[in-house]
Amino acid sequence: MAGPVREYLLLVGMWTRASFQYPASLAILTLSQFVLAVLDLAAIAIVFTHTRSLAGFSLPEVMFLYGTSATAFALADLLVGNVERVGRHVRLGTFDVMLVRPASALAQVAAEDFSPRRLGKLCSAVPVLVIAVVLLPVDWTATRVLLLPVMVGAGAAIFAAVWVLCSAFQLAVGEQIELLNTFIYGGGFLVQYPLSLYGRDALRLLTWVFPLAFVNWQPALYVLGRPDPLGLPTAFRFASPVVATLLVALAAFAWRAGVRHYRSTGS
Amino acid sequence: MSVYLTVARHMFRRQSAYRTATLAGGVTNTVFGIIRAYVLIALWQSRQPQVRIDGYDVTDAVTFCFLSQAMIATVAIFGPPLELAERVRSGDVAIDLYRPADLQLWCLAGDLGRMSFQVLARSVPVFCAGALLFSVRVPTSPVVWATTAVSVLLAVLVSFAIRYLVALSAFWLLDDRGVQAGATALAMFFSGLTLPLVLFPGWLGTLAQALPWAATVQVPADVFLGRWTGWQAVGALAFQLGWAALLLATGRLVTAAARRRVVVQGG
Amino acid sequence: MSLIEMSGVDRVFHVRRRTGLLRRQRHSVPAVNNLSFTVDAGEMVGYLGPNGAGKSTTVKMLTGILVPSAGRVRVDGLDPARQRRELAGRVGVVFGQRTTLWWDLPLRDSFDLLRRLYRIDPATFRVNLDRFTELLDLGPLLATPVRQLSLGQRMRGDLTAALLHDPRILYLDEPTIGLDVTSKAAVRSFLTQMNRDRGTTILLTTHDLDDIERVCRRVMVIDHGRLAFDGDLPALRARAAAERTLVVDLLTPTAPIEVPGTRVVRVDGPRQWLAFPADASAVPLVAAVMERFPVADIALREPDIEDVVAQLYAGSASALS
Repeated sequence: MAGPVREYLLLVGMWTRASFQYPASLAILTLSQFVLAVLDLAAIAIVFTHTRSLAGFSLPEVMFLYGTSATAFALADLLVGNVERVGRHVRLGTFDVMLVRPASALAQVAAEDFSPRRLGKLCSAVPVLVIAVVLLPVDWTATRVLLLPVMVGAGAAIFAAVWVLCSAFQLAVGEQIELLNTFIYGGGFLVQYPLSLYGRDALRLLTWVFPLAFVNWQPALYVLGRPDPLGLPTAFRFASPVVATLLVALAAFAWRAGVRHYRSTGS
Repeated sequence: MSVYLTVARHMFRRQSAYRTATLAGGVTNTVFGIIRAYVLIALWQSRQPQVRIDGYDVTDAVTFCFLSQAMIATVAIFGPPLELAERVRSGDVAIDLYRPADLQLWCLAGDLGRMSFQVLARSVPVFCAGALLFSVRVPTSPVVWATTAVSVLLAVLVSFAIRYLVALSAFWLLDDRGVQAGATALAMFFSGLTLPLVLFPGWLGTLAQALPWAATVQVPADVFLGRWTGWQAVGALAFQLGWAALLLATGRLVTAAARRRVVVQGG
Repeated sequence: MSLIEMSGVDRVFHVRRRTGLLRRQRHSVPAVNNLSFTVDAGEMVGYLGPNGAGKSTTVKMLTGILVPSAGRVRVDGLDPARQRRELAGRVGVVFGQRTTLWWDLPLRDSFDLLRRLYRIDPATFRVNLDRFTELLDLGPLLATPVRQLSLGQRMRGDLTAALLHDPRILYLDEPTIGLDVTSKAAVRSFLTQMNRDRGTTILLTTHDLDDIERVCRRVMVIDHGRLAFDGDLPALRARAAAERTLVVDLLTPTAPIEVPGTRVVRVDGPRQWLAFPADASAVPLVAAVMERFPVADIALREPDIEDVVAQLYAGSASALS
């Protein structure tokens, strides 16, 4: 375990140093990531000039949902975002180059082209979360306060696991599949809003099949003191870490299987 | 004249080779359309669905949502930037400037070729998908359809003119990625993609409706929705035409300046 | 025990071809068929074969990138399929068409990163890097991003990268492809020196027969996944060298001349190429030609490797074995 993490950190350090070679470019790219994220936020603000509640959620509540999911997504993007490029590596033959090194292939692919510019997204998400927490008329018990970092951490792990799963699939199939990105970015976008507005069927799908409901929705229901539209037991509000662990395990397994398949079939 | 037709046809054919990318793009547009549609429905439902917000009822809003998603590829909101930008960066543009054909017209012909393909392969399927999943408003009058077609063409002209200016900025700026990112952000927000411009409150709304980006998506959508009829429709088209003319003319001036710069610098 | 052992290795690829709009036909392509050979420590082996013969596939199986469909592979006692990462530290690879360096980083940074990935002792690293910098003239290039290097410069960087950790074995997959004459010579003399000074075992796949002649003591020829020849250079020449060639420059262009014991292989204006059995003496043939025809000049050509290998590829090896 320590091996791949050490290799990942080594590579990330190198890439970061490389991106600082062009500071102006880095600054502009970081700023643009920030601005794009702000647009999503502006949309929410504009929506709330016409109403006081969206699907029954107030502005601070929606900001809370946005803040937690956006932070989780930005973290996952920062850490493993580039793993989706494995399809391109297979196509160009550079995946072979990675297999020849005494380092974990996943660490190499995930660290590839790491850039601090992704911090731009993080910098726009965190303030929103902070503001939401300040504005929310919530009784901040110890449990609720503790749930915040757990939510964000588990959410990030879930997104990261989904990312790795999609990449493992591309490895197994031996092709670059751009469609999978739609899953990832679409998923990241839809959890910014209260999941109940997508309807009960969607909510069930997002709880039992693609467990994105555990990124922020379920824990948020507890923090915001709201009833679960699906009527699921209270334990589910705290299930995020469990779901995250399961997904991460699944992703690790899938990746290994993907690499094994790549090595058995060639390219 | 036939030169430009050839360029257009060539671009059309080139786009048609990217089958998987086009499909992936279409699915992405549809998925994001669905997500945004649900948010808009939730907004209208938080008031009363049939109550109009600034002239739109919920069906208008959902229709607009899918129209804007359908237009993404046609007016190239997320790019790709014109090939011209890359050619300026690499210096190949010198060849273009010596050609007897008009540079702006040449690029425009190519863009129209590209756009024709995108309309058929992405815009139509994306809107149809939306129409199947949600209830949308489709005009019955052939006059409205004809006016919409003209409006879409004018929208492409405006969008092209903006992208042309962005591409030419590479003559003066070393790294035009910042301009590209900025242009994309502005296009995304002020075209109505994030939210219909009618929702923008107060001065922001007035400003948004006056900017050229409104001409790229909002205006053709409003014509389609039947918001502008008769003389108002003519006015809307004139708005588009005005921006197109202004931006294209600016483009010509900038081309001349760029040409002078090339001569002075020696390529 | 040999350093590299392949016994009875098969590698089958399943290819799907599109027949019609949606249907796909699957059929198997045996890339490597019952391949067996051993390589001892310190050898310099050339691996020849036409495109698609299975050269790259063999190297991939030796490094663990690809797993054999059947058979056994052992490198330095390890199974590349199961112990890839452990083996990676003892092996160096140079790909001719892809770089093992990081594109955007300066050379020095790539090397430094490799030092940490391979856990190279800092003192050893310093010594090695200095040595390679000197041997391959890398001094002015160390600060340049790999993306800005020419092909020859990048190859020198890749060679260094592959050897910094003192691997026991170095695989090179078409390393001289696209290089100019000077760079090729530099690469070849460098490889020879590595083998001599450090005893690095070298396996070199190539199309370039000069690589073989100048660097390798042993040659394996692979064709359609099978080993067509395994021996040293003289044996290779002897194997298919059934004919030598007399190049005759006549005074005027003539119809193909007929001399018993020879056959005309080629005519180009006044010049004709006459082939004859290699074990026959050329002297009586030269005399016969000069007696019967007006000759301006005559030259005798030994069979060169190109002809030999071409014959092997053409499958005439089966006729000779």
